[in-house]
Amino acid sequence: MTAELVRGQNHPLPQARLEIRVSAGKPVVAGATLGDEQGTVRGTEWVAHPGSPNLPGLEVSKQAAADHRLAVDLEALPETVHRVNVLLALPLGVGGPARFGAVAAPFVSVTGLDGSEVVNYTVTGLDTESAVVALELYRRQGKWKVRAVGQGYAGGLAEMLGDQGLAQARELAAAIQDAVSSGMARSVAPPPPRGPGDDRVRRTTSHATNGGRETPPDATPPPAAAPAPVPPVPTAAGGPQSGAPQTTQGPQSTQGGPIDYAHPRRRNTAPPPPPPAAPPTPPGQYPQPVAGDASGWSMEERLYNQVWGMFEDLARTVAAYRSAVDFAESRMDQELDKALSDPRSRIGTAGDTARATARAKHDKLVGQARDVLERDLAQLAAETDVVEPALPPAFASWDNPVWHGYRVPMEIPMALRVGDLHLPERPDLRIPMLVRLPLERGLWIDSGRSGSETALLMESDQLRRAAMETAAAHAARLLAVYPAGEFTVHVIDPAGTGAPALAPLTEAGVLDAPPAAGAQGVAAVLAKLTQRVELVQMAVRGGVTDSLPPDLDTAEQLLIVNDFPHGFDDRAVTQLRYLADEGPAVGVHLMMVADREDASAYGPVLDPLWRALLRVTPVPDDHLIDPWVGHTWTYEPLLPPPGSQVVRQVLAQVATARRSLPR
Amino acid sequence: MVDVSKGSAPGGPGVNLTKGQAISLEKKGGGTLTAVRMGLGWQAAPRRGLFGSRTREVDLDASAVLFADKQPVDVVFFRHLVSDDGSVKHTGDNLVGGAGQGGDDEAILVDLQRVPVHIDQIVFTVNSFTGQTFQEVQNAFCRIVDETNGEEMARYTLDGGGQYTAQIMAKVHRAGAGWQMTAIGTPANGRTFQDLMPSILPHL
Repeated sequence: MTAELVRGQNHPLPQARLEIRVSAGKPVVAGATLGDEQGTVRGTEWVAHPGSPNLPGLEVSKQAAADHRLAVDLEALPETVHRVNVLLALPLGVGGPARFGAVAAPFVSVTGLDGSEVVNYTVTGLDTESAVVALELYRRQGKWKVRAVGQGYAGGLAEMLGDQGLAQARELAAAIQDAVSSGMARSVAPPPPRGPGDDRVRRTTSHATNGGRETPPDATPPPAAAPAPVPPVPTAAGGPQSGAPQTTQGPQSTQGGPIDYAHPRRRNTAPPPPPPAAPPTPPGQYPQPVAGDASGWSMEERLYNQVWGMFEDLARTVAAYRSAVDFAESRMDQELDKALSDPRSRIGTAGDTARATARAKHDKLVGQARDVLERDLAQLAAETDVVEPALPPAFASWDNPVWHGYRVPMEIPMALRVGDLHLPERPDLRIPMLVRLPLERGLWIDSGRSGSETALLMESDQLRRAAMETAAAHAARLLAVYPAGEFTVHVIDPAGTGAPALAPLTEAGVLDAPPAAGAQGVAAVLAKLTQRVELVQMAVRGGVTDSLPPDLDTAEQLLIVNDFPHGFDDRAVTQLRYLADEGPAVGVHLMMVADREDASAYGPVLDPLWRALLRVTPVPDDHLIDPWVGHTWTYEPLLPPPGSQVVRQVLAQVATARRSLPR
Repeated sequence: MVDVSKGSAPGGPGVNLTKGQAISLEKKGGGTLTAVRMGLGWQAAPRRGLFGSRTREVDLDASAVLFADKQPVDVVFFRHLVSDDGSVKHTGDNLVGGAGQGGDDEAILVDLQRVPVHIDQIVFTVNSFTGQTFQEVQNAFCRIVDETNGEEMARYTLDGGGQYTAQIMAKVHRAGAGWQMTAIGTPANGRTFQDLMPSILPHL
């Protein structure tokens, strides 16, 4: 029976191999320190944490999570170890709570490998502490016991590690937090909640979008016709047509007619057009996929939700497959071990038979899992085939014909495609990676070679050039999907090395000013943007947004920074950090094209900057993590097909539209 | 002992289950069962006296434990609402109960076609998180429903069920190419499913 421990209470541990489970409700860091007879942690190699998750006999999670399972094998610990402290800490600098008093009391339990619980303990009574020693496993006369400790530290990990006698406590605490936050920066932001009771925040925009040209006019052909997508050239004519059912409810129709009592901005009374219906399914088969087969108030929103649905389905399908294969392998290992250790099997053929049976069982299960995986992947591939051609420009890849019929939009789309994601099980099945607009965080295009295998194979110059080209493609896409004049791009290129990659932007004339060069140029651009952020912030806080100076550019701002920290003095670095922290809330975003190594001289002061940005790469790289099961996904940047003029053609239209704006 | 009584769902009469009785989840029409729902409902504690907020609320929790060869592989409960593979989903924690008129206050949906191939048994449990025994809870029931047609296949009445805080309710397990359900209905004690592991293992 489970013992529920109270603080200070101890309990014997019946076995050496244990699991320690943690449930905290909010993401926490879980780790463990080893102590000698005096309880002293002798060095950093005696601490298991997300940056160094494996020690002999001890394994902890690599990232912060609401639930953890720590594996402990007490017999595998070094002889000199007499204590194991299980610690929890809140991840800092990532916008989460900074004190345990603000989260639910963490629950820890010690279980056997079969899941049978030995003890559990709810760590209550915490307040300003940001780190806590939850449990202590300790040797007493050759036997291991567990004690509920619950000792919190307001000074966080550094204070806790110092208390355990670790000399490098401060440095290690910083390293742990850094490992955690870099893990978090790698995670893809979770999608908006889905499912019943859809309360869509985008209602107003998506409604307005219906009449505009963003929504491909019922662009979902019946699935049979889907492989030949209708290029949405006639959108200007088709848009209003298909939007007509909604606009009749709009306020325009009331002019000169009877009074419309409908609230002018509350438009959800008009039901959205029904989603395209899938044709009836023959029994025993899977339904044919249809583009837009998800919930939403507009085709755009339905496609957005469908893409996220495909992303989740692929993640979960592969999770099912991997867990089945893992299980099959561990079962086979156990059975082979058993066959080996059974003395009867050493003579005769019994051992061979047992081994053959174990292998056959493994192969059968893996084969079944593979079949299910193939079935699901085929279904998702078929769905991709109909969804991709139906995507509006902001969601579409550059080779989608929709870009040839590009028109400058009237409304901001709900999301932007920033790349493709895939898993090693099926590299050609690519899921569009969509992020919400307006951007919630800036982008960091990593030009460093340390990140990925592909990058290591490239020359440093080549990689930097590719990074800048990727940045230019992202900026061009942002300019194209925003209405004319509602998105402004600034460039800091201190040494002018980005000029070739930036040519499509500069030659089309979509930049307000040429790329800023030299230290003075850097200072001028940063001063202007900093001032803008301060002004808008003041106005918002004071509730006087209408008294902003009339010449203030109200567009969203993107600042591309090349060659950082070249040309930056301390003041400029401070301003950049300020923009990273405060900018996104008032529509100022960063796009850093940088190798983190170049800025290593600044030390940890820049860590929050990198952390605040979504890291993407100019070459395929597996560094992104999905929000459901935590697979590592390979990201591929979106680039126009080689030799294609599509970006230049699109930017030419953007430039024309910008010039015709009243100034 | 937990009372196993006949259900009265709108879709048709439920199966009268006795403890340990196995029923096949294959449909009468020949098709196999593809989705089941475990529903749990109970009546919120009545308001008492002047200080209604001091009512001792009743929080029952439904959990599903996924087993492969008798090893627990995944659990769906109020802190992990979707199994990693997506086949088992919890509709979310209800902390206070409902009207007690037959609607499910918590439900776990299982898409049997999507359950990974190595998972061969799924055990459903109910726990009283706030510690009231089933004797103190009013109008509490749990049931298994065929999601495709809403037909109730099994129902247990929990209230008046004795000095227990938990029940190992039923399991669905693979049989041939399809799935079968076995009613278990064993009372137990514990706050969350972890406490029930020793009581579950004999039923695998």
